[in-house]
Amino acid sequence: MLVHSRRARRAVHAAFLALFLPVFALPFLVVLAASLATRWSGVLPAGATLEHYRAATDADALDALTTSLLTALAASAAALVTGTWAALAAKGSRARRVIDLLFMLPVAVPSVVIGLSLLVAFSKPPLLLNGTPTIVVLAHAVLVTSFAHQAVSAALDRLDPAYEQAAASLGASPLRVLLRVRLPLLLPSLSAAAGLCFALSMGELSATIMLYPPDWAPLPVKIFAATDRGALFSGAALAVVLMATTFLALLAVSRIRTRAVHR
Amino acid sequence: MNTGIRFDGVSVAYGGNIVLDALDLTVEPGEVMALLGPSGSGKTTALRAVAGFVQPVAGRVFIGDRDVTDLPPHRRGVGMVVQQYALFPHMRVDANVAFGLKARGVHGAHGARKAPRDEIAARVTEALEMTGMSAYARRYPRELSGGQQQRVAIARALAVRPGVLLLDEPLSALDAQLRSGMLAELARLHRDLPDVSMLYVTHDQIEALTLADRIALMDRARLQDCGTPQDLYRRPRTEFTASFVGNANLLPVTVTGDGVRLAGAVLDVPAAGAAAPGDPATLCVRPHAIGLGEGPNALRGTVTEVQWRGATHRLCVDVAGHRVTADVRELHETSSLGTEVTLHFAARDAVVLPATAAPVGPGGGAAHG
Repeated sequence: MLVHSRRARRAVHAAFLALFLPVFALPFLVVLAASLATRWSGVLPAGATLEHYRAATDADALDALTTSLLTALAASAAALVTGTWAALAAKGSRARRVIDLLFMLPVAVPSVVIGLSLLVAFSKPPLLLNGTPTIVVLAHAVLVTSFAHQAVSAALDRLDPAYEQAAASLGASPLRVLLRVRLPLLLPSLSAAAGLCFALSMGELSATIMLYPPDWAPLPVKIFAATDRGALFSGAALAVVLMATTFLALLAVSRIRTRAVHR
Repeated sequence: MNTGIRFDGVSVAYGGNIVLDALDLTVEPGEVMALLGPSGSGKTTALRAVAGFVQPVAGRVFIGDRDVTDLPPHRRGVGMVVQQYALFPHMRVDANVAFGLKARGVHGAHGARKAPRDEIAARVTEALEMTGMSAYARRYPRELSGGQQQRVAIARALAVRPGVLLLDEPLSALDAQLRSGMLAELARLHRDLPDVSMLYVTHDQIEALTLADRIALMDRARLQDCGTPQDLYRRPRTEFTASFVGNANLLPVTVTGDGVRLAGAVLDVPAAGAAAPGDPATLCVRPHAIGLGEGPNALRGTVTEVQWRGATHRLCVDVAGHRVTADVRELHETSSLGTEVTLHFAARDAVVLPATAAPVGPGGGAAHG
């Protein structure tokens, strides 16, 4: 332990909370408070109501939530497959640095640029994706793949080659080694990467807003629209729904991970 | 099953750095060959060349009559046990042991037929029984101790009934007591499986002496010596062999007509073949072959160090500037430092070696451990 005396430790904790609360926790609390209010002119909100939640769970909003979930699922799945595949292929390859760099690009480039580039690239036949849900999923996948790639790459580097060598010496073909030994050993990292991709996709707005067709508007777009027209409190309720759903999904994923680790 | 291993001029290089230099070595079917040497001597590289994890830049590797040099590891049909066990942590013990059976059954690697489920179960049981691990079949590797994990790793390698078993420092991760138990266990396994050739990489001379039919001594990427443990121990041919296999006092001597001369004392040790009269040579005597008191081949010197080792006392004696180590029966009156003592040894316990280009300094190379 870095700090020994009890008083000093308390002081450190207090300092941590003083920094942590405003930066991380307050935004959540503010959104939560706003979602339950009708007015907020003083220090605290006033006029408690559940009205916004009724609106936030109507057919339209649930539609948007479903859209978000489906998009996030499809995008994370695509990102996970691509990222893992690339990480496996790049391992031990001379092109490793180039591949790592390529997968870093979507993070380095503003997501608005990704949105724009997809819009330009897929607005003409033969690949006319503009106006379809596919282009939204594609944008999300491009944006989150680098995180999947990075997580799996790092895990692969830590994986002791003795396991795959033992498997190979026992007569397992490279495919069997991959399916029975390497991927199962990577499972904790894979599910962590999946959770990260899913959460990022659930919250994506800037590329989505350039690309989404009217029948495929994810929840962040609805939140943005609500706040844009001044309905801050209903926007806040939608935001709480989004946060809660994402949190529950991440919780489910983390259970897979703990199981994998404890096995 | 008549499967030996043959290295035919095998060289391995990493980025221009030669780590194994033109190794010629044959492991006979059913033989236990220890590859003994200090770290960086190329012994593990040689083993990995058999397993297929390094590609030689020159030479061929044969398993039995098969040239396996260009075969991928999973087609070579060897069993392998490594220092860190490498048990699959996500599988129970029985699944670990069954892994190779399933892999070979499905892919029909050489000589293996498709092993049906019952047969797999039977062979898993058999392999676990052989290593005394039957009771742990449903455990996960992390629930086992190091020694138990190594037993499972051995069972896993043996379950596929390989003609060749490669062991890469299998006992190095175990503590001393467990190690000697496992050593006896491995010797018993070899008696039970007389057809399996074993290539056993170790830096521990005791393991090599205990287990091996022959020892291949490696140093600086090259094979230095090869012979039965008794040969290498009793009749070493080089100073490196004498110092690495067992410990030895290596003393610079001059060859005379009928013996050797060490700092004025004439010793009656046959030096025929090692060097011509008048030439320098190296006298090799094991510490335990040296007795305290008057006798043939007497050496006089002063005690510089006394270590009590229970059943023996180790004396370090300065003989005309050369450090001589002697392990003598427990002394009732310990010689104190600085005392003049006389040591002696029997001629048959000594060997005269040709002097190497780099002379061994006083007490050099010799006895520790």
